[in-house]
Amino acid sequence: MTLVQNVPAFSILAPMLAGVVCLVLPARASHRLTNGVLVVLALLSFLLLNSFWDGAPMFTYRMGHYGAPVGNEIRAGELEASMAFMFPVVMLLSLMGGRNHLRSDIGRSKVNLYYISVLFLLSSMLALTYTNDLFTAYVFVEINTVTACGIIISKEDGYTLAASMRYLIMSLLGSGLFLIGICLIYGLTGHLLMPHIQEAVNHLARSGSFLAPLQVTIALLAVGLALKSALWPFHSWLADAHSSASAASSAILSGLVLKSFIFLMIKIFFRTVGPDVMTGHAILNLLLVFGILGMLLGSVNALFEKDIKRMLAFSSVSQIGYIFCGIGLGTVAGVSAALVQVVVHAVTKAMLFISAGGLMDASEGKKDFEALRGAGRRDVAAGAAFAVGTLSMIGLPFFAGFITKLTLVTAAAGTHDWRMYASLTAIILSTILTAIYYIRILSLIFGKEDSEEEVCEGQNRRILFAHLRRQLSMDTEYLLASFALIVINLWIGLRSDDLVAVIDAGLATFQ
Amino acid sequence: MNNYMVTNLPEVAAIVLFGIGFSNLLLARNLIKKIIGLNVMDTAIYLFLAAKGYVDDAAAPIVSAGTVDPDLYVNPVPSGLVLTGIVVSVSVTAVLLALTVRLYEEFNTLDIDEIVHQLRRKDREAMR
Repeated sequence: MTLVQNVPAFSILAPMLAGVVCLVLPARASHRLTNGVLVVLALLSFLLLNSFWDGAPMFTYRMGHYGAPVGNEIRAGELEASMAFMFPVVMLLSLMGGRNHLRSDIGRSKVNLYYISVLFLLSSMLALTYTNDLFTAYVFVEINTVTACGIIISKEDGYTLAASMRYLIMSLLGSGLFLIGICLIYGLTGHLLMPHIQEAVNHLARSGSFLAPLQVTIALLAVGLALKSALWPFHSWLADAHSSASAASSAILSGLVLKSFIFLMIKIFFRTVGPDVMTGHAILNLLLVFGILGMLLGSVNALFEKDIKRMLAFSSVSQIGYIFCGIGLGTVAGVSAALVQVVVHAVTKAMLFISAGGLMDASEGKKDFEALRGAGRRDVAAGAAFAVGTLSMIGLPFFAGFITKLTLVTAAAGTHDWRMYASLTAIILSTILTAIYYIRILSLIFGKEDSEEEVCEGQNRRILFAHLRRQLSMDTEYLLASFALIVINLWIGLRSDDLVAVIDAGLATFQ
Repeated sequence: MNNYMVTNLPEVAAIVLFGIGFSNLLLARNLIKKIIGLNVMDTAIYLFLAAKGYVDDAAAPIVSAGTVDPDLYVNPVPSGLVLTGIVVSVSVTAVLLALTVRLYEEFNTLDIDEIVHQLRRKDREAMR
């Protein structure tokens, strides 16, 4: 056993410990502690990823005194490590980008409580990524739900109160279904560890006994997690929750929290139930259909929104649809495309929410389209980040979003039946719709204000530079986060081979 | 069919209760009724688990006087899961109740539809 194999257990425990310490720290110290923990975890996860890249095999790590089949285990491979690398990086950039909003939305005296929620949220997401045990997954799903509710509600007004109530109710319905699914699968197989369940399920499938309960169980687990990851018919809570929260919370919720449930779902389908039973399963077709409907109807909803954050939230519904479309194809290429989209959407949507926060600041805190006219010219950094995010969402070459569409189209074209026609048509239509609503807001925020006086070019530029210089001294963190997210987006867009190679290598060991 | 119902009575009862709790959590308009629904749902799951682990005429799984024959004891794993589950559902219920108190202070009602309605009205007035 090498030292780097301790990284998964450490990355689950460290944020929890830091979260407890934050309880007694003042605002500034808890901010520093959180950032420090996030940086350390990102570096450690990178080391872990690097060790896999150098050829280390995937490993399981025993938690506690008892080994399999009764004990609790962690499992780490390329996929887990890359998710665990992405979570702290995007979270750090979201927190840096949304720091000013945190200060104004929450108030200095309660910022440390916000960081407790964030750290526990991170811990639960990492645990969902790494765990090899279904019941541990359930416990961390609940921690995830409560802490996600915590970062929504931290901005205490009527909107966030109502939104987090609706979020909690929908989430708990999902947890209930997920838990009864776990109980049924425990009753069927007698195991809670994923590889053992797979063995038992394969045995059941071969012998042909208990097939009906098995199908019901798979459906319950799938629906439970789909409720939590806002698959299309269950997305009603998302728009309110993600649009009313503070900028950093919106970025974390849309970018990361949904993704942790989706990753858990992929683990359940392809590691717990196993590819032998899942391939060609009816629930995958159902997810494909709902994913496609989400891609289209999420975009249609976004088209009619007049509020920038609600528009971004509905865009998330549509982008989650792409992920489920990839999973629903049921092929290795499809799941790989879904995972690429998980990473790409996390990076892009975090950037969009952060820059939307900046644009709102430049428009007196209003978030309706009329007030935002010309905001991209008043705050150039936010405008640039928003533009990059927008172009990436539409899927222009050189941006990260292009890679998603490319891999998804390739995966869809490989199925050669109704799934190919349905998903290709949906991708084309959804891209057109996405382009319409994103280009509309892009032209709006870079458009001229009605009341703007005719100023000559030179003077205009001077005002811009003065603003940028003031920002550089005032919100260094915000500028740094925007810049880093733009660079990451372009890097994924230009060097996508590495990302796809890591995901494919991870999927190859994923059974 | 009837025979299955009788031999698996606790499981059948658990699923029926789960349905009642689930639909209450989903459909009830009053927040307190929703929370009661959640607790009925969770308790139904624990009943299901406990029934799965129960063996007729077996003792609690505490090894005493050197008897280690597994047939004499009930399965301890589901009991452990039930305990963990109870802890989780208690904390979630606490969060929900705290949230309900705050919502009542803010909107003076426990009806979730009414709360959403009030917020919409506020939005419309802000637009004007």
